[in-house]
Amino acid sequence: MKKMRYALFLGCIIPNRYPGIELAMRDVAQVLGIKLKDMEGASCCPAPGVFKSFDKPTWLALAARNLCIAEALGCDIVTLCNGCYSSLKEANKILKEDPTSRDKVNKILRGLGKEFHGTIDVKHIVEVFYREIGVEGLRRLVKKPVHLDVAVQYGCHLLKPTKHREVKSAERPTFLDELVEVLGPRSVPYRDKMLCCGAGGGVRSSYLDVSLDMAREKLENIKNVGADCIVSPCAFCHLQLDRGQVEMGASFNIPVMHYVQLLGLSLGLEPKRLGLYSHAVPMDPVIKKL
Amino acid sequence: MAKPQKTVVRLDELDMGFAEAVAKAGGEKINLCIQCGTCTASCPSGRRTAFRTRQIMRRALLGFRDEVLSDKDLWLCTTCYTCLERCPRGVDPTDVILALRNMAVKAGHMLDRHKMVAGLVLKHGHAVPIDEANRKLRVSLGLGEVPPTTHMFKDGLVEVQEIIKKMGFDKLIGFEWK
Repeated sequence: MKKMRYALFLGCIIPNRYPGIELAMRDVAQVLGIKLKDMEGASCCPAPGVFKSFDKPTWLALAARNLCIAEALGCDIVTLCNGCYSSLKEANKILKEDPTSRDKVNKILRGLGKEFHGTIDVKHIVEVFYREIGVEGLRRLVKKPVHLDVAVQYGCHLLKPTKHREVKSAERPTFLDELVEVLGPRSVPYRDKMLCCGAGGGVRSSYLDVSLDMAREKLENIKNVGADCIVSPCAFCHLQLDRGQVEMGASFNIPVMHYVQLLGLSLGLEPKRLGLYSHAVPMDPVIKKL
Repeated sequence: MAKPQKTVVRLDELDMGFAEAVAKAGGEKINLCIQCGTCTASCPSGRRTAFRTRQIMRRALLGFRDEVLSDKDLWLCTTCYTCLERCPRGVDPTDVILALRNMAVKAGHMLDRHKMVAGLVLKHGHAVPIDEANRKLRVSLGLGEVPPTTHMFKDGLVEVQEIIKKMGFDKLIGFEWK
């Protein structure tokens, strides 16, 4: 396996609401030999659905500053959240391809002693697992296969818009199901699997009832197929589907795991070290099943 | 009772340059729309609300500037991009909506809750900043009390605030520095 070195972009939700996912990532990276460098002083990505909605030039400038931090570290960025992935990947593309935007942003950044050079790429952690380690590579690393029925939640911004993504199938992708199944679980099909969780675009912050109604539809469809838990690679889907169950006062009791936490379990790491006891919906039924 | 819909549209009340302005603001392909409704049919928000993507496209094309920009429903899109993927004319409706939202904010139609979220980034560098419970949780997990972000590195936060001031974003959202 080639040497993997990445700048870890934490974003907001993971370090500030689900630090267990951050811990899981750091531990999993150590087992897999992925060297993670902290992006000191990084900010919100900033969130694509909100900041890009408010003022695209400000969104681009703030994203550029984050990209510069990774450029200074000399390695590609890896994110654990589809929102961060979307903002940083698309901003990086715009700044690399459009000299006018780049010049405008650099004029601002130079005042801070920074400059965007376009020397790195932005990757999602599941993209790294799929492309750099590969499904077969992961199969060899599994120590404790996790025998669960899992409802896979891709999350919209991992896949769309496909014009800015490498994976060209947003309607019926399979790569995340492959990544989940190789660790032991069965990825159970469910109705409207690709439906949005409802959190993005500023809807969760301004229209919580509508946002949770979307999550409820998703959770009902998942409950109907009897999945043990939900696995998502996105911090915002994770928060929406986990905390959302409490906020809507429903008794679905479907635990939600981030993909790196599931991977950690299959690598034989302790549930406690993976932060699995700090979610809104208790993980106990799942842990008992293992 | 709901107000009766205005059935007579006066051309001099419309902004005939609006579609072009939307195109310039990032919704480049709005003119390609043939009103097929694939966007509305694909929309998860429209399944449960009165949000109609096709209607937004039509109104924008006809020049109903103020109606489109002041409509709070413009903020019901989760940016899931399903309409963008399925649009048979390649209108990229999500990009049109994002352009309209940028124009709406400039026209003073930003929602209060969104001003608050944006304000959190101005104050902390994070839209979801750390709180007491998570400081404790981080420590109990063996992580630093705050992450190595703008929370730990205050010069980083100052940079974020400088960028925001230079972009005039603080004024745009009516943020008061204290």
